[in-house]
Amino acid sequence: MAKVHQFDVVVVGGGGAGLMAGLYASRTAKTAVISKMYPTRSHTGAAQGGIAAALGNSEGDNPAWHMYDTVKGSDYLGDQDAIEFMTSEAPQAVIELENMGLPFDRTPEGRISQRPFGGHTNNETGKPVRRAAHAADRTGHMILQTLYQQCLKNKVNFFDEYQVLDFIMVNGKAAGVVAVELSTGELHTIHAKAVIFATGGHGRIFEVTSNAYAYTGDGAAILLRKGIPLEDMEFFQFHPTGIYKLGILITEGVRGEGGVLINGKGERFMPRYAPTIKDLASRDVVSRAIYTEIKEGRGVDGKNYVYLDIRPETVNKFAAEDGRTNPDGSKFNLTAEQVLKKLPDIIDFCRVYLGVDPVTQMMPIQPTAHYTMGGIPTNKFGEVVIDDKNTVLPGLYAAGECACVSVHGGNRLGCNSLLDLVVFGKHAGLRAAEYAKTAEFEKLPENAESAARSEFEALRKGSGKENVFDLSNEMKKVMFADVGIYRNEKDMRNALEKVRELKSRFKDVTVNDTGKIFNTELLNAWEFGNLLDIAEVVALSALNRKESRGGHSREDFPERDDKNWLKHTLVWNKNGKLEIDYKPVVITRHQPKARVY
Amino acid sequence: MEITIKIFRYDPEKDTRGHYETYVVEGDENDRVLDVLELVKGKTDGSLAFRRSCAHGVCGSDAMRINGRNHLACKTLVRDVGANITVEPVLGLKVKKDLVVDMDPFFDNYKKMLPYLINESPLPADGRERLQSPEDRARFDESTKCILCAACTTSCPSYWANGNYYGPAAIVTAHRFIFDSRDEGASERLHILSETDGTVRCHTAYNCTEACPRDIKITKAIGEVKMAMVTGKLD
Repeated sequence: MAKVHQFDVVVVGGGGAGLMAGLYASRTAKTAVISKMYPTRSHTGAAQGGIAAALGNSEGDNPAWHMYDTVKGSDYLGDQDAIEFMTSEAPQAVIELENMGLPFDRTPEGRISQRPFGGHTNNETGKPVRRAAHAADRTGHMILQTLYQQCLKNKVNFFDEYQVLDFIMVNGKAAGVVAVELSTGELHTIHAKAVIFATGGHGRIFEVTSNAYAYTGDGAAILLRKGIPLEDMEFFQFHPTGIYKLGILITEGVRGEGGVLINGKGERFMPRYAPTIKDLASRDVVSRAIYTEIKEGRGVDGKNYVYLDIRPETVNKFAAEDGRTNPDGSKFNLTAEQVLKKLPDIIDFCRVYLGVDPVTQMMPIQPTAHYTMGGIPTNKFGEVVIDDKNTVLPGLYAAGECACVSVHGGNRLGCNSLLDLVVFGKHAGLRAAEYAKTAEFEKLPENAESAARSEFEALRKGSGKENVFDLSNEMKKVMFADVGIYRNEKDMRNALEKVRELKSRFKDVTVNDTGKIFNTELLNAWEFGNLLDIAEVVALSALNRKESRGGHSREDFPERDDKNWLKHTLVWNKNGKLEIDYKPVVITRHQPKARVY
Repeated sequence: MEITIKIFRYDPEKDTRGHYETYVVEGDENDRVLDVLELVKGKTDGSLAFRRSCAHGVCGSDAMRINGRNHLACKTLVRDVGANITVEPVLGLKVKKDLVVDMDPFFDNYKKMLPYLINESPLPADGRERLQSPEDRARFDESTKCILCAACTTSCPSYWANGNYYGPAAIVTAHRFIFDSRDEGASERLHILSETDGTVRCHTAYNCTEACPRDIKITKAIGEVKMAMVTGKLD
């Protein structure tokens, strides 16, 4: 028997969205946050460049511009009601973080400092606008720390190092979750009126990724298995600048501070792809440009990488050519000292992993799997919606990268992820607490933990012919090669077949560690099962969408097709078989038009 | 290249005491020590337990002793430590299994520092951010880098000698708030740190500063806290 705990609201995940939800829910409801790691380990902490908000601290800006940029960035697949909500909440959300103690960098006037970022523009000139509020190049780290600190101050209940394995649903409503305590191997049932999933993305399905080991799509996979659909899973963001081979993120803030991309012939190539905002185009555009340069033989030394250059002499040369000025109109002039001050972590990563000093040398980079645009479908209050009519599943919420509101549509703008998790984490928390005020606890089924227990048992009973580590590498390779930046029917079909083959071979793995205490072999195997389920949905959704839009670029269907495909994909698992349906995109202010940067 | 890695093993469900196992794997000089551990776990012995997540030195999960010194396994490359590697859990915290130690006492000390902004004054009437000059912001910049990996605290001889000592990481956290011009809780924190388990136990061995994977000048930060305690001033 599992130990049983009872809370009004249980939050699964201790990253930015989960902590924000926990913080707000705990103000009025008995709340627990369950996290498979200590919350400060969460991947929000790896976000670097900033959080987007039209504060206008350095130059003219307004939420309507932010909204338009986000809609355009999404390639018109984002739901405009949700985008308008997020961008209008943004300034207050960032100010609230400051009020909580977040150490943002400051302008000479003492206000929150902002830097340019990809796809964020002055809508009148089309030029980049300073909208990314930042704390050096560790903005996510500071958000994670600040929210964790606020949760401690407000005495939120934490279950650290508990892995959630199952979602309990009774009478079509949320009733709690089942989790395993890593340090003892014991199962726990957390009985709750409301459940908020904030479990992050699934970038570990790809070989070259900026994502943490923890990013195994647990929440999305658990809910998929429970019959809840996943939305727009074909849309995955490849960040243009990952460290060559390792995939470690190099923030877009480097280009925000004036850095440029240089190909193997020493040319700055982005003006050919995005004549107006050049190196600060949307991420999908820049990743495709890099890929094209490499494919056409202009990678460095014929290899599959190009350079990112933040050396002051390069930056200042191109800034002069672009007519870039400081906010006060003075001449833009970047110094080595400023690079060290504004991008300390990037410098550190390059020195440690590459032996390269970005102040004097160029950084070898290649696109890296980075962000899940799709996910668990929700409305703008974080309520999970389970069909094309947006029917709410009572008591179930999702926020952050695991959720699809959808504010990012086909391609997320930089700095909108931290904004997403703060805004929708907060509203999911508020909504869940409000729901818990009037809702009753559903009666727990007998042995609520039995499904989780049998999943573990199955992993222990395989024939042992297969090895998780090897299967995992096979999945990552095929997903990166065949469902990557450029896609086509043949490759994606190959990937889908391969993932299905791996799913079948996965039944033959055996976990040798029979222990209970920190049995990470068992947990990693279980996580890999989640990745396989998710990879299948990603490959199928991508194969199904016969157009190019945002991060989904098909060589065989190179154009966006609004007539047939201006709609969200929904994929259900019906008794082990995946089924596809659609729901309409919400369009309010901005009619789709050609997307040019 | 061939890499020989000797790893401390302890399974509380089987072993009465820890022992070492040696593994030989094929790797590259640019591999992280974490990659080598993953390879051993993935191909040779799945029961090997260690924590890891971001794999690039920002989440703080994988502090361990590598060739006798505290490092993050994901931020230490084979070329830095050579092809003969010994990996052990950090000292001063109870080993739960293999390289996994009990982090609860470490986080308990963190929590004792009142690790959140204390400011009871009204927020700006215009509904905007509190103002802070770039100079005031720079005053505590270093200590905001801390990722709570415990590499410093578990390298500290005073902490080894007395586990009640709050330890360098907790003091760095206190420093982050004490020197934040927006914070009003400095005297409360300085009072906590003036207790027997506070800064008095720091004997400037300097191990913490050397161990910090974020290059925080920890001994200096502790010195500044001590100075504030003596002078009652925060500049």
